[in-house]
Amino acid sequence: MATASSLTNTRTQTRPKSTYVSRTLARIKKNWQLYVLLALPVAWLLIFAYYPMYGAQIAFRDFLPGKPILQSEWVGLVNFQRFFESPMFARLMKNTIGLSIYSLVVGFPIPIILALMLNQLRTGLFKRSVQMVSYAPYFISTVVMVGLILQFLDLRRGPVNLFLQALGLPAVHFMGSAEMFPSIYVWTNVWQYTGFSTIIYLAALTTVDPALHEAAVVDGANRLQRMWHIDIPGILPVIVTLFILNMGQVLNVGFEKTFLMQNPLNLATAEVISTYVYKIGLAGGVANFSYAAAIGLFNSVIGLILLVSANWASQRLTQKSLF
Amino acid sequence: MTAEAKAAYKPRNKIRETGVDRAFNAVNYSILAVFLVVILYPLIYVVSASLSDGAAVISGRVVLWPVDFSLVAYQKIFAYERVWTGYGNSLFYAVVGTLVNVTMTLIAAYPLSRRDLPGRNIILGLFLFTLFFSGGLIPTYLLVKDLGLRNTRWALIIPQALSIWNLLIAITFMRTSIPHELLEASQLDGCSDFQYFTRILLPLSTPLIAVLALFYAIGHWNQFFAALLYLTNKDLFPLQIILRDILISSQVDMNMMEDLQSMAAREAMRELLKYALIVVASVPVLIIYPFAQRYFVKGIMLGSVKG
Repeated sequence: MATASSLTNTRTQTRPKSTYVSRTLARIKKNWQLYVLLALPVAWLLIFAYYPMYGAQIAFRDFLPGKPILQSEWVGLVNFQRFFESPMFARLMKNTIGLSIYSLVVGFPIPIILALMLNQLRTGLFKRSVQMVSYAPYFISTVVMVGLILQFLDLRRGPVNLFLQALGLPAVHFMGSAEMFPSIYVWTNVWQYTGFSTIIYLAALTTVDPALHEAAVVDGANRLQRMWHIDIPGILPVIVTLFILNMGQVLNVGFEKTFLMQNPLNLATAEVISTYVYKIGLAGGVANFSYAAAIGLFNSVIGLILLVSANWASQRLTQKSLF
Repeated sequence: MTAEAKAAYKPRNKIRETGVDRAFNAVNYSILAVFLVVILYPLIYVVSASLSDGAAVISGRVVLWPVDFSLVAYQKIFAYERVWTGYGNSLFYAVVGTLVNVTMTLIAAYPLSRRDLPGRNIILGLFLFTLFFSGGLIPTYLLVKDLGLRNTRWALIIPQALSIWNLLIAITFMRTSIPHELLEASQLDGCSDFQYFTRILLPLSTPLIAVLALFYAIGHWNQFFAALLYLTNKDLFPLQIILRDILISSQVDMNMMEDLQSMAAREAMRELLKYALIVVASVPVLIIYPFAQRYFVKGIMLGSVKG
């Protein structure tokens, strides 16, 4: 009786809150079928995305396969310390960040410029051909792409060197050079992805108000001026959003392409964090899970920090941000 | 429609274009033409080389069109069993994987597209967070291993059952392209959420399903890393692993060469095989490309509307 009366008491005292709760409960009950649909995807997410985050604690432990994670000895930051002190640390950071910045500086503006240029064309056969052809390389798999690179740049039989020889120039051992690796990596990416990356900017350009262009034409603005003063400001939000997203990926150099392009001659510049984690943790003779997991976790955390900082900076500078 | 109409509409200059504009147009067209050639030439070269005689390829006589036309490389590839096993496996991963992907994406996207679902923002947040942070390669590998998925076909399907980017595309589509009134009207008629999903939402989502299926199928066909990580059984290898062995590690099966006596002939054949293999591996993608292109463009635009 006492509990019942106190229950009714609290209900009358905090009426707005409890009706809110009961209304929410009613809505949950009404929508139960939606939760049933969500159950499988959420279960998948918890297992395949969140459980590995929990499992990442092996970075702080001395983990041996076959033993439960929680029974492995806690060693704190030893694995991280070992990584920071290893001679590989400086090299990996330099290669990874260098390759990313190079990719960003070259690969980020080119699609924007191309989209602005394409946007100046009248819709017709030429415009459609440029679009159709330039999207095509996007669909080539990384393995085939690297195979293509190796074929074209082969020292003795590749068309590029055959061409150089035909001009009487010495052959260049492209794939055997550590200095040339970053450029080959970045410019072949430009070849493969530029066309496809223009799509999003072209979509954004269609939302620019044509009345602005008309007014500018009346005022005597030429095409270049209109591009600069109307088109670019019009797509700036999209540019900023993509730039922030790209910043979050600075440490995530494409594993597949780098890994497949590696050879003993270019490893000095071609070893990046992700390929090193794979080799230490899974490909080596003695798998060192904890050490590799520590390097991977370091990578993830720095990536998150970069993303959040880029977002914060953009919020300050342009009042535009992702979240 | 309005976007397309706007794009088609260009201010008509009754006044002749100025000198600056004409110069601009000339430069614009020239640069785009060069760009077109740079993209197209390597693609044409690969096809031409694969249809030429090996000696012509390695001596640099192939410039644009096939020289000494020959189909011998294709004949050898068609007779090579590993390529066919890989083809079959990749087809399996692409078909079954895509079915799983599309189903998972749709059943996750529909509830999350409903603004009246309590807890929607929290659940969506859980999904979005994984775009920016992950446990990393090693913990994921250990999980797949502990679940006993290693060296099974499921290792290439279940861990990648859902792509969060594609989920975002699906949610955006359901919010913006399907009128909200339909839900209210069907609820008045006593339609349950399941019924609304299967009878009204899905039939109206065919463009979305096409986009998702294409994104996922191409992803599976081109997938290499997961197979490298989780598979050691050669019978399960997808085509990309076999391509890696031949194109990048240059492991060409000597049985394919046994009729060739001289070293030079073998070397020429090895190169020829690589070009032909690149073509063979890309054929499925090339076949759907003209049709797919339109949908990919649509998908990207969907993702960018309110991403």
